[in-house]
Amino acid sequence: MTDTNNQTPDNQTPDNRMTGAEIVLKALKDNGVEHIFGYPGGAVLPIYDEIFQQDDIKHILVRHEQGAGHAAEGYARSTGKVGVMLVTSGPGATNAVTPLQDALMDSVPLVCLSGQVPTTLIGSDAFQECDTVGITRPCTKHNWLVKDVNELAGIIHEAFRIAQTGRPGPVVVDIPKDIQFATGTYTPKPEIAQNTSYQPRIQGDINAIQAAIELMASARRPILYTGGGVVNSGPGASRLLRELVELSDFPITSTLMGLGAYPASGKNWLGMLGMHGSYEANMAMHDCDVMVCIGARFDDRITGRLNAFSPNSRKVHIDIDPSSINKNVHVDIPILGDVGSVLEDMVRLWRALPKKPAKAQTEEWWSQINRWQARKSFSYKHSNDVIMPQYALQRLFEATRGHDTYITTEVGQHQMWAAQFIEFEEPNRWMTSGGLGTMGYGLPAAIGVQVAHPDALVIDVAGDASIQMCIQEMSCAIQHNLPVKIFILNNQYMGMVRQWQQLLHGNRLSNSYTEAMPDFVKLAEAYGAVGMYCDDPKELDGKIEEMIAVKKPVIFDCRVANLANCFPMIPSGKAHNEMLLPDEATDEAVANAIDAKGRQLV
Amino acid sequence: MNAHQQPTGSAYFIAPETAKAESHTLSVLVSNEPGVLARVIGLFSGRGYNIESLTVSETEHEAHLSRITIVTRGTPTVLEQIKAQLERIVPVHRVVDLTVRAHALGQERPIEREVALVKVVGQGDRRAETLRLADAFHAKVVDATVEHFILEITGKSSKIDQFVAIMKPLGLVEVCRTGIAAMNRGPQGM
Repeated sequence: MTDTNNQTPDNQTPDNRMTGAEIVLKALKDNGVEHIFGYPGGAVLPIYDEIFQQDDIKHILVRHEQGAGHAAEGYARSTGKVGVMLVTSGPGATNAVTPLQDALMDSVPLVCLSGQVPTTLIGSDAFQECDTVGITRPCTKHNWLVKDVNELAGIIHEAFRIAQTGRPGPVVVDIPKDIQFATGTYTPKPEIAQNTSYQPRIQGDINAIQAAIELMASARRPILYTGGGVVNSGPGASRLLRELVELSDFPITSTLMGLGAYPASGKNWLGMLGMHGSYEANMAMHDCDVMVCIGARFDDRITGRLNAFSPNSRKVHIDIDPSSINKNVHVDIPILGDVGSVLEDMVRLWRALPKKPAKAQTEEWWSQINRWQARKSFSYKHSNDVIMPQYALQRLFEATRGHDTYITTEVGQHQMWAAQFIEFEEPNRWMTSGGLGTMGYGLPAAIGVQVAHPDALVIDVAGDASIQMCIQEMSCAIQHNLPVKIFILNNQYMGMVRQWQQLLHGNRLSNSYTEAMPDFVKLAEAYGAVGMYCDDPKELDGKIEEMIAVKKPVIFDCRVANLANCFPMIPSGKAHNEMLLPDEATDEAVANAIDAKGRQLV
Repeated sequence: MNAHQQPTGSAYFIAPETAKAESHTLSVLVSNEPGVLARVIGLFSGRGYNIESLTVSETEHEAHLSRITIVTRGTPTVLEQIKAQLERIVPVHRVVDLTVRAHALGQERPIEREVALVKVVGQGDRRAETLRLADAFHAKVVDATVEHFILEITGKSSKIDQFVAIMKPLGLVEVCRTGIAAMNRGPQGM
């Protein structure tokens, strides 16, 4: 060294020398982490030892690593922060695969720290060894195996940057046990990111935005089709979206992931679109002349049959991920950039339009939409004897008004009904597994939400089959005093599977009946929670009030009509304007809804 | 049935594919770090894209950069998607579709070269014929005994295909090809 003064360089001071496990904790703190969800095991014991010796970061012990992942997802989606999970090597890491893929498909920022066998044992088929980076490569945005303790801090900082910037997603940092023990240098979080190959583009091309605004101003039958990207872009993006709707008076629909970005009480709201979306949203998508897709990705549940998807429209697509553009649907004006930033430009340019479009330009379109709305596509036949699942959710929603409410769901019919009947006024209030469709997501996600919002009312709308997939997390809720409410729409079937079997397979209900169902009330009590039961529509309101008032976790076994189907529905292989509506869905119509070709699809 | 028409994995992608598949050469500049090749290959297998040829080697040692050259086949939409998906990989710095660039420069293809080692065993007239043809193809003898030659040949893939086919009746026993190295013509860099 040519350094002549005696001062040691900054990164060599004794303060910066610490063990790998200490580096992990310090790096987490420096990245603003307050809670981590995890499960200990041999290969992460040094990190758990550090957790034990500090108070800044709270560790939430789950009962299965999948639960840790979904809880971190729920935490992330309800706060906009990065969710953090900590698992051990081998089975700990493989159990994390489902939530990682879930987070990848739904663009949830997630950092998963996993233990690994010591570097000297890697490749020897050691106890609890697996190729974690190999297994998680396709289900993460990026992953690392740390081989040098001096690189550990830098990798964790980079992991947080990659997880939360651009299109958010999950990352894995795999840390061998000897690295956790080894002493190395802690490098502070860099001001400017070093990795030059990953630099997501935030600002949209202003010429493209101008072209989009001109196209929008010329529209006679416009629609805004928004998605989870608006929520991910932060509360500012939702505000700007509302402003754009206010200025343009365009009708707006949203995907499952984007609910809440525009308020359900807003006058331009058409409801959710897609396979189980509203008639008016899907018809408007089909017949529009200008479609503005904002932070959504033309998923197959949204488009229906691709070659019949919105055939006469010019399309604008705003997305931060270049691979989402022109993937399924060709668009006329692609805008690459962050939704919030692009919307800001859009609002500004719309205000600056020399000549605003006259109201008359979209008058006919709005009256057409009103006619579609009059079809009341979410209607169902009420019953005084049995609780209809839709009714149960309507009553649940009414009871939650005035509360600080967050809703999570599992996957299936109940999830679609929840999306149809529970209204969201704000973003980050609705946590559901959209892309991967993970049964078992809802309970751990609710736990994550409750950790972030201890005083809020957090309800997991569940099905009797889904809830059993991560039921073990009841124990976690009890341990950490998290009063989540599990509202089971119990129809004694895997409802969506049964519905598809009815539609596609001659009503042969192969393995879709929930046999040997546990007594959910006793199950709740066994965990130390409160169990409730209701099968009478007249008692429902009172019992829901009672559930909300309880300051402990509750499992609410709500017995609903067994064979209710989720409508409206775009049958597989059909287009938006070929929806099956509830009042037309006779048994015969249901049996013939899907032809041989559609049957091969998922 | 429609498996080959569903490149994006969408369950609803049932419209028959009308666009024609083209062969394109992509140049991918990546950080030279562990697992980067697995990420690229995993993307191709995971999303059902084709790899016709793949070469990889470190090109800028100081900058820790490697260059991967991939020949792939797909419709223009799929090729655009492959490029976008590759760019999404964190250690990927740049992706250039050399074929598209060549078209823009008014050329049919970029410069594409391959090296092959060809082992031919034979005696008598066949040996003389082997050497004569090797000379015609500008192939070099890099190893020989009284029974065999190993020939080194450089050129376009089609030239090597042809050479290998000709060597077959002359006692070809083994071929090893490097895959394609490619770059665009002209003074401009990648």
